[in-house]
Amino acid sequence: MTDIERKRDRTAVPTDWTYAPAPESRDLVRLRERYGHFVGGGWIEPADTYATISPSTEETLATVGQGTAEDVDRAVAAARAAFANGWSSLPGSERAKYLFRIARLLQERSREFAVLESLNGGKPIKESRDVDLPLAAAHFFYYAGWADKLEYAFPNRRPAPLGVAAQIIPWNFPLLMLAWKLAPALACGNTVVLKPAETTPLTALLFCDVLRQAELPPGVVNVVTGDGRTGAALVEHDGIDKVAFTGSTEVGKSIQRQLAGTGKKLTLELGGKAANIVFDDCALDQAVEGIVNGIYFNQGHVCCAGSRLLAQESIHEPLVEKLKKRLETLRVGDPLDKNTDVGAINSKLQLERITELVEAGKEEGAEIFQPPCRLPEKGYWFAPTVFTNVAQSYRIAQEEIFGPVLSVLTFRTPEEAVEKANNTPYGLSAGVWTEKGSRILWMAQRLRAGVVWANTFNRFDPASPFGGYKESGFGREGGLHGLEPYLRFEE
Amino acid sequence: MSRLPVKKTYKLFIGGAFPRSESGRTLEAEGQNVARGSRKDVRDAVKAARAAQPGWGAATAYNRGQVLYRLAEMVESRVPEFAELCTGRTEVERAIDRIVWYAGWADKLPQVLGGSNPVAGPYFNFTVPEPTGVVAVLAPDEPPLLGLVTRLVPPLVGGNAVVAVASETRPLAAIELAEAIATSDVPDGVVNLLTGLRSELGPVLASHMDVNAIDLCGAGGDSAELERAAADNVKRVVHGRADAQSPWEISSFLELKTVWHPVGR
Repeated sequence: MTDIERKRDRTAVPTDWTYAPAPESRDLVRLRERYGHFVGGGWIEPADTYATISPSTEETLATVGQGTAEDVDRAVAAARAAFANGWSSLPGSERAKYLFRIARLLQERSREFAVLESLNGGKPIKESRDVDLPLAAAHFFYYAGWADKLEYAFPNRRPAPLGVAAQIIPWNFPLLMLAWKLAPALACGNTVVLKPAETTPLTALLFCDVLRQAELPPGVVNVVTGDGRTGAALVEHDGIDKVAFTGSTEVGKSIQRQLAGTGKKLTLELGGKAANIVFDDCALDQAVEGIVNGIYFNQGHVCCAGSRLLAQESIHEPLVEKLKKRLETLRVGDPLDKNTDVGAINSKLQLERITELVEAGKEEGAEIFQPPCRLPEKGYWFAPTVFTNVAQSYRIAQEEIFGPVLSVLTFRTPEEAVEKANNTPYGLSAGVWTEKGSRILWMAQRLRAGVVWANTFNRFDPASPFGGYKESGFGREGGLHGLEPYLRFEE
Repeated sequence: MSRLPVKKTYKLFIGGAFPRSESGRTLEAEGQNVARGSRKDVRDAVKAARAAQPGWGAATAYNRGQVLYRLAEMVESRVPEFAELCTGRTEVERAIDRIVWYAGWADKLPQVLGGSNPVAGPYFNFTVPEPTGVVAVLAPDEPPLLGLVTRLVPPLVGGNAVVAVASETRPLAAIELAEAIATSDVPDGVVNLLTGLRSELGPVLASHMDVNAIDLCGAGGDSAELERAAADNVKRVVHGRADAQSPWEISSFLELKTVWHPVGR
């Protein structure tokens, strides 16, 4: 058989291919058995601890501290002292150099961090290696350059740091969210107490070693691990000047309530239920890739995930057909395997939440599709899922699932697409797929969302502001606009 | 025989009309009976604002600038009347000049606040400011005219619709301003002015699920409860000052939208 004949003979989508395992080496990461809290440049022994696991195997990776109010208090005191004893008065150009160092160190050690991120969080190594780590390093590099240029970012205002920033980050992009939070805060001259997510503390703890290598002054960054109680103690603490939170809308609202009347500055990056809108004149295969990237990237654990597919009626059928075929080629499994497209669900709790909403979808009358795939026995897994025949009122069309679950709805006119896309209390992101330029801009003007991706989805960059409308939060992270939440302006 | 003057009934300003409070209540301020707005009046005003906002937000920046400039013209033509209702002529003139200053920002702000972002990839990426939607304003008691203008105009320039609660102690200047607005080209419902008790109207606005942002200027230090209520729908909470003038006053009521598109042949 010639090559050409072989090509002709090939079935459109091979479903029976098997891939030889291509695991990334775990030896790159040397974990300690036990971690304390990183306070004042050193480790303090936690009063209470818990085990942090790998969600793909359920094995214990390390024991970490469950931060108490006393731990938080020590961390805030260390941050206060570091702020007063030099960091806030350090020339911007010197602060910049620390941040440049951190960026470089992250680049040098990026494989090690990527492996640990996949181990502790369950995301495919392909993503932690190609997305999380490069972006985290880029974020430090970007904000490093701002540290000595703040007066050009805010002409006619005299920017000054706020003081101690309390930063609470989620488990979906543990190191990247750390970078999003730390880089602008430090560039603006603040010191920080950071609380990583309960289930994914390890890259933040390893990052403390980068801080040591960068010779960052003690107390400028402090890391206290623990669950929501630790976060609440941090938010309540009198010694902080600012809270930056990324997480669920429910917790975000409670933080906003907690801070009422305190005068502390707040930024919130909360949930989303983004519409990914596909018009019948789009490049269909590209749109399918964008839809898949939009909802199955990072197991759908993405606040800006394109979890509602709005398909124009005229292409609904072929689009769903192509999408189902594409889903059959997604490789679900070992996060450390370089072939893996969809990794493990981050935690048992999250798996239960996804399962509950998917059951609700079935009960409410939506039609479910899952490609045949063998899920590992140990660990937390959920097959990529598509719901068709979904009404706007269904829970799967209203609530953030935060998992690999797509709800497909339809529309006829651009007006109807806008109406449906905006029919949610959230407003973080949206996607538009059409080859018509004027329609892209028309849609972009009307979608009530902080980020609009046209003919692409889930793109991030340190220079690009990110943040929500409505109940998806307020304040921006990234870009020039990401500086403002960490500054006050002197009269 | 001297002529008996026709006295004014002081009413609310909602959706371009001047209704009495649906509650039928009034309160005495500055020697006059003014409408004591109710929970229902707040709801009506928010509804009118929500309906008017898309049109106002979608108007060209040039148009919004001209409409606000026209408002300055309308106030200028009533300087003696306004002067009697506030601290005097100087306050009125400052208020007029402030409106003109902000009117000029309408078509410049996006260039100052937005721009293109140099992302590391084949994408064109830009950020534009957009109105947050419906803004509630608790105006300060003093100065009665300039204070209201200072808090009212910035959200308007940005394309928001506003529901404002006038000075509680000196509400007559606000009612006069409503009459100037009604005769300018500001579309009906874009500005709604309520008189009454802040303690009664503030909590309704703070907890209203269809209000996007609230300026607590008039609440003074007494704002914790309002801020707590504002969290119900993640409102943007602004502590505006009674006398301030800067483009950042406008940006407090704006959202930033970032748009990505691939670059390719």
